[in-house]
Amino acid sequence: MSSEKSVQATQLTRKFGDFIAVDQISFDIPKGEIFGLLGPNGAGKTTTIRMLCGILTPSSGAASILGFDVSKQTEEVKQRIGYMSQKFSLYNDLSVSENLNFYANLYGIPREKVKSRIAELIEIAGLQGHEKQLTRNLSGAWRQRLALACAIVHEPPMIFLDEPTAGVDPVSRREFWEMIYTMAGRGVSVLATTHYMDEAEFCNVIGMMYRSRLIALNDPDSLKDEMRGVLFEVDCHEPGRAEKILRDLPTVQDVVAHGVILRVLMTDKTKKVFLEKVLTENEIVIDRIERVLPTLEDVFVSLVDQENRLHVRAEID
Amino acid sequence: MRQSFRRMMTIVRKEWLHIIRDPRTLALVIVLPVMMLFLLGYAVANDVKDIPLAVADLSHTDTSRTLVDKLTVSEFFMYTHAAQSENEILAMMDAGIVKAGLYIPESFGRDVSTGGVGTIQFYIDGSNPTIAQTAQLAAETISQSMSQEILIKRLERSGTGMQLGLPVDVRMRYLYNPDMKRMNFMIPGLVAIILQVQTLLLTAFAIVREREQGTLEQLIVTPVRSWELMLGKILPFVVVAFVNVVMTVAVGAIWFGVDVVGSSALLAGLSLIFLLGSLGLGVLISNISKTQMQAMYLASFIMMPSFILAGLLFPRENMPWLAYYAGYFLPVTYFLEIVRGIILKGADFFTLWVWIWPMAVFSIVVFFASVLLFHKRL
Repeated sequence: MSSEKSVQATQLTRKFGDFIAVDQISFDIPKGEIFGLLGPNGAGKTTTIRMLCGILTPSSGAASILGFDVSKQTEEVKQRIGYMSQKFSLYNDLSVSENLNFYANLYGIPREKVKSRIAELIEIAGLQGHEKQLTRNLSGAWRQRLALACAIVHEPPMIFLDEPTAGVDPVSRREFWEMIYTMAGRGVSVLATTHYMDEAEFCNVIGMMYRSRLIALNDPDSLKDEMRGVLFEVDCHEPGRAEKILRDLPTVQDVVAHGVILRVLMTDKTKKVFLEKVLTENEIVIDRIERVLPTLEDVFVSLVDQENRLHVRAEID
Repeated sequence: MRQSFRRMMTIVRKEWLHIIRDPRTLALVIVLPVMMLFLLGYAVANDVKDIPLAVADLSHTDTSRTLVDKLTVSEFFMYTHAAQSENEILAMMDAGIVKAGLYIPESFGRDVSTGGVGTIQFYIDGSNPTIAQTAQLAAETISQSMSQEILIKRLERSGTGMQLGLPVDVRMRYLYNPDMKRMNFMIPGLVAIILQVQTLLLTAFAIVREREQGTLEQLIVTPVRSWELMLGKILPFVVVAFVNVVMTVAVGAIWFGVDVVGSSALLAGLSLIFLLGSLGLGVLISNISKTQMQAMYLASFIMMPSFILAGLLFPRENMPWLAYYAGYFLPVTYFLEIVRGIILKGADFFTLWVWIWPMAVFSIVVFFASVLLFHKRL
């Protein structure tokens, strides 16, 4: 039965006029999992979330949340999901407890439980002592935690977070993800979009979106294993010239500069000595060359690269 | 149903918090109608009087002096400058020092006393038609009445021995506004305009602001229904608008002495019907506006014609036929007649029925259309 799946999306598509914002994406999220939707701005992440929350209707395809169809059983879906949008949609001229109280009443929390539920949420969000403070005076990290608290006021089993950590400092980001983990531990499923690759490591499953399509779907380790090629980190003098030279080699898939260090993705058979030889022949002084394990960012860049090449070929054909 | 009511009241409470947390806007909402009242009361509604007048009396006779006296005693004109020639009058008119000029030639007194026709020249600055019309009418009336007096005297002197009177005596009596004060025309109009402007703008802004801030997106994922959200958002503004109406009527009565002759309850009830339509228009505007700026401009499309075509400032009867009939498409046209009817004439429900039913039909249609068309969408 599909009831074990928190989210099930099949060939989900959304068009805005001629523009296809989301192109036939399919995935599902098992109960209690944290699903990370990765991709650059404009890849279609927010549109996907909005379709799943019932804010936008899909142009074609279908999606269900906990077995309820998002376009037909909207009322059932709404009671079971929490949604935190990119902009932390809080009322700035309302206080912390007034914001929580507003959502608690909208979601129809029994009157006698409203007070205790709000107290509980304030504790979860670590906002004790700030109940009376106006939201506009809160720092970014606190607003973020308040937005999350508002989104889960009715204890939804499924939570959608659209770039929850945008504009929040690293320490607070980590604390935020710990809150998410705690909730997932209690059986709550989470779908979060992000473009911080380090955050993606917190997810059980990752979907990578690029140009409206889902180009990869797997757990972080498998994604790294699946990555074709071997990755080298090259620390040398004249990194700019070295980048150009390496890029022209037929066995090099991609070169990405991380500051002065070059990350070079080679096809499988390449050996470290080969790189050393090429650079030395071009009179470039090498400080260090070593093979490294790919990060999710490398995986993403390589996938995007493949995708672009396919795209170019398709256009030529 | 109980859950529905609870959600609606939750929205009302939140909206009320927005209103009281923003004291500057609240102050504007309250001060604006009073300001408009005083502006229209003192700047626009002033009746034309004391038009500065230059006089060149070359005749220097009793007759010419009587004419000048009659003109200046009338309050329409104020004798501000004496001139010696026609050209001097024209120079003063050019400079804008006077708005009217009277030139009495040397021969005037002699011509009149010898039974002939005394010609005078009257100049009027036509650049402001309102002043010009008043000046023309006043000058004509005054000179005619003087001509009549002279004529009667001549006939009496000719010795028929009869007591002569004019054969037709017209007695004028102004109903409803005996002193012909323009303020009496303005205050009821202001009630209508304030209701229209305040509700239209406040409702449109309140909804569009949520869209602009992104909070509407959050509301869409909650179980609140469209009509609950809409009613919850407009109810506080019904209260605000009513406070405004009461204030306008009160200031009108206490400060400007324009009392409500008719039933206040009827006025309140019909204002409520008008409000429905106006709020509905606000919601419709918010439906098609993405920003408060857009909403503002769209609202102007309704507000500007309301000011002009509905007959707030100028009587509709003087408008060209197209503008006259266009007025019938604006609910505020009917409401203006109703408010003036109740405040000035003490008209009752049945007398006003011809104006009430079109307004009611419009309000109810617009209101329900706005409820149906209002979707919680981005």
